[in-house]
Amino acid sequence: MREKFLLKLLVTLFIISAIPSYAQHTESDDAPTELSTKEAEKLERKEYIKHHLQDSYDFNLFSYKQEDGTKKHIGFSLPIILWDNGLQIFSSSKFHHGEAVAENNGNYYKIYHNKIYKTDAEGTITYDEEHHPTNAKPLDFSFTKGVFMILLTCILMYLLFTSLAKSYVKNGSIAKGMGRFFEPIVLYIRDDIAIPNIGEKKYMKYMPYLLTVFFFVWFLNLFGLTPLGVNVTGNIAVTVALALLTFLITNFTGTKDYWKHIFDPLGDSMPWYGKLPIYIILIPIEILGIFIKPFSLLIRLYANMQAGHIVLMSLIGLMFLFKSWLGSPMSFMLAFAISLIELLVALLQAYIFTMLSALYFGFAAEEHDHHEEAPAH
Amino acid sequence: MVGAGLVVIGVGIGIGRIGGSAMEAIARQPEAYGKIQTAMLIAAALIEGIGFAALFAV
Repeated sequence: MREKFLLKLLVTLFIISAIPSYAQHTESDDAPTELSTKEAEKLERKEYIKHHLQDSYDFNLFSYKQEDGTKKHIGFSLPIILWDNGLQIFSSSKFHHGEAVAENNGNYYKIYHNKIYKTDAEGTITYDEEHHPTNAKPLDFSFTKGVFMILLTCILMYLLFTSLAKSYVKNGSIAKGMGRFFEPIVLYIRDDIAIPNIGEKKYMKYMPYLLTVFFFVWFLNLFGLTPLGVNVTGNIAVTVALALLTFLITNFTGTKDYWKHIFDPLGDSMPWYGKLPIYIILIPIEILGIFIKPFSLLIRLYANMQAGHIVLMSLIGLMFLFKSWLGSPMSFMLAFAISLIELLVALLQAYIFTMLSALYFGFAAEEHDHHEEAPAH
Repeated sequence: MVGAGLVVIGVGIGIGRIGGSAMEAIARQPEAYGKIQTAMLIAAALIEGIGFAALFAV
């Protein structure tokens, strides 16, 4: 039974790691003949990886060159929402994957380097000396691929956990089906992350956020490893938002002792003229620390996911660089191994984010009884 | 590029040392396995962050 399950798991992983390479294959193998020099291919691979790492205005699964030389894109388009003298809503299919000028209510827009600029009917973009476009940029609230995946994950989590809650009510607090998989994880977050870091008394207040952020980050990380080609947690805006939540919760639930620890850490142990020279250095550092803590959270998650995707895509790209019976299978095996490591990293980063958030909440919720330190790590 | 390489070497040594020390600690006190592993992962993640910062600076 167990072997069978492991086998199934392995086969699934194998297929998952193989699909992106298939998509890549169709992309670089059918390059037009006049561009088939090594340099052009290198550029194309680079562009492909860069494109993959960015958010995009349409959900493009993969694209390939047709026999008549035109590119065929498989996927679907998403709505574009702009604020430019009133709300402008149209489908991203008008852009033809960034190649065409989109027209809506007499306004013309063009995508340049993954940003929407306002242009004239021909789509001319003017540049300054440093080759930055000088065109007007409308406020962009578009429903991009990243937004789509975030909402999808939210819906998935909502359906999953409400159905789990219902099944617990029905079966008398006994885990069934999916619950058997998720119960140990939830218990782990409660017993090994929340309680040791925040303390028995106050941890319940923080549990909803910790569980949500853990599953949200974990699911999005896992989605990043599927052939859908999304990179949501590797998008700095997303991690900024997550870290901002941790920052706000930490500081708004901070007790008197938390603020005292920042502005008056020495307390009554010294007269004021003794504390003054120390505080001149210490208090700015403590205040800076409030901001550095969530900042390190956001950088860590962003950098880990981004780097993981770059490494994985580069290894897949190596297959087409070698193009030999020895090199390509070797880099395939390497990409496969890295995919497995990335599965671990996906979990680990979600864990670290939750763990450190809990640690910061622990600082905020801590209350001194002045006899012993709060049990923080 | 050379700088990034040096940083990665440093990060490698750092994480290697953490892993090694954690192994020793677990060998000495197998009952504290969970706590040691948690502390190890946090320290490794912090060092890793520095490594990524260097890689992105390239």
